[in-house]
Amino acid sequence: MTSQAWSRGGVTAVVDSLLAVVLAMLNVPVFLLWVIGLLLSPVPVLGVELLTVTTVVVRWRADRERVLAGRVGVLIRRPYSPAPPGAENDSHRQVRWIITDPATWRDVSWLLPGALIGLVLGLIAVAIPLYGLCGVLLLPLWLSLADVWFGYGLFWPTGNTAEAWLALPQGLVILGAGLAVAPLLRTTDVLFAQLFLSPTANAELRLRVAHLTTTRADAIDAQAAELRRIERDLHDGAQARMVSVGMTIGLAERLVRQDPNAALQLLAEARASSTAALVELRQLVRGIHPPVLAERGLEGAVRALAMSLPVRTAVTSDLPGRLETPVESAVYFAVAEALANMGRHSRARAAWVTIYHDGGVLVVEIGDDGVGGADPERGTGLAGITRRLGAFDGTMALASPRGGPTVVTMEVPCVLSSPRI
Amino acid sequence: MRVVIAEDLTLLRDGLTRLLQAFGFDVVEAVDNGPALLPALLGHRPDIAIIDVRLPPTHTDEGLKAAIAARAEIPGLPVLVLSQHVEPLYARELLSDSTGGIGYLLKERISDVEQFVQAVRQVAGGGTAFDPEVVAQLLTRHEPLAALTQRELEVLRHIAEGRSNAAIAARLFITEKVVSKYINNIFSKLGMPPSEDDNRRVLAVLMFLDS
Repeated sequence: MTSQAWSRGGVTAVVDSLLAVVLAMLNVPVFLLWVIGLLLSPVPVLGVELLTVTTVVVRWRADRERVLAGRVGVLIRRPYSPAPPGAENDSHRQVRWIITDPATWRDVSWLLPGALIGLVLGLIAVAIPLYGLCGVLLLPLWLSLADVWFGYGLFWPTGNTAEAWLALPQGLVILGAGLAVAPLLRTTDVLFAQLFLSPTANAELRLRVAHLTTTRADAIDAQAAELRRIERDLHDGAQARMVSVGMTIGLAERLVRQDPNAALQLLAEARASSTAALVELRQLVRGIHPPVLAERGLEGAVRALAMSLPVRTAVTSDLPGRLETPVESAVYFAVAEALANMGRHSRARAAWVTIYHDGGVLVVEIGDDGVGGADPERGTGLAGITRRLGAFDGTMALASPRGGPTVVTMEVPCVLSSPRI
Repeated sequence: MRVVIAEDLTLLRDGLTRLLQAFGFDVVEAVDNGPALLPALLGHRPDIAIIDVRLPPTHTDEGLKAAIAARAEIPGLPVLVLSQHVEPLYARELLSDSTGGIGYLLKERISDVEQFVQAVRQVAGGGTAFDPEVVAQLLTRHEPLAALTQRELEVLRHIAEGRSNAAIAARLFITEKVVSKYINNIFSKLGMPPSEDDNRRVLAVLMFLDS
């Protein structure tokens, strides 16, 4: 670590400590507020509202601690169980949801010890560098007070001007030590908070189940909508055309003796119709599972896709085997969607796609040199990608500063099968 | 003219065999799977091979792979590849050895019998015949061939689809002389030195695919 990064880390930790001290002082009133809310919760109407509000405050306070923990690299996830259906309108259920969530009690039981630890460690972390700083900055004061009863550091009181001068090196040492110790104190504080504020194994499972329920519902909805679309496309497209082909040929059969020329014309019409039906079927198949994906896997299919784009797109891929078919398909369509978005909005002149598999995770990066400013909140394209990947526990991250470049990173945990021979 | 056919669907295999026989071709072997194809091609050394991309046992692209492998053994072996869908990617792979005698068509083009047989003869004669859809997919990209005029692009498209100068002239309602003028412009804009005309046509198509 360079000395610059080291001192910056120290300063950040001191600032965070100051913040932690201020927040820790809030703990006691928050705690009292919640207890009052709990005691009053049997009171009709008002009690429920009060408990809800005080719980929101407790959770806000705990969330601040989680954010502070994140700043020193300790991840504390939110452990709260999701609201049961209908809780907004049913006050009884709402109270039960709050009271029965162990995370609520763990939050509350952290408030007081957390305040103590936060306060003590925070004050130490702030005080040491502050004292060091005093030694350096207030040197003139020490010098003028040298003969008076006063002191700094080891010399208490300072007997003469020479000892007063020594405040400078002492101050530097103390400042350095303070900056070195502050991050450790911060880490200790948040590790203590982590004991209370992170999800228990039970809560982890509950959160996981909630996540799976959502993504499964999304996947099933998407699949049902997809089947409905295919049914409609077949019904209105290829099926209807085949009916017309049959009718035209039937008509030609009847005419072939009396008017061979008209029959011939009808047959030509029938052939044109059958070609059109094939075109529609081919487009439909492309939308369900592109043949090139079945034949060449993700890499080949993305290459083929890149060849048909108006933007010059370089594809690099390092996949030693084939992916599971459902993952392959989901990732392919996600990439296709991302590239289509790029074509629509980015005004890029060049783009690139990188595909690799590392540590059990498939990573696909899609970048372009366009105007940037892509916002996942706007438009359905990026949300669709997230949903597609979510069914496989995959994620998508978007970096798109205004002015570009835009980089979409998709990650999906999955295994590779051995390459086909 | 001796033909080897590779197609796994019986209906299509038999239909294709009958169709080609009706036009005086000699179908020396019709295989229905990938592994049997390469030995058949190397054994018979046909005047043209008509191959489905997707064949058993894996139903992926073994037809294409066998075609490329056979052309590595017998350079310039005329191959007409058929498929339910066309990919510019495959077209490029087929042409990557820069020799002629390559066709790549959608299966449904067989229904226009006359034109299909003409494409077979074209490829057997060392020319190229790319499906209009391959060409159309490539035309959605504009950048690399930007130097060409609209009319020159049109002519290049017809070359890729395997048409002769006379056929192009008839299609565009211009004289053959004008067509060859356009073609010379295309060749010089794509930076191709004067050489034997057929080979240059293949190279122009390859550049078109590669762009």
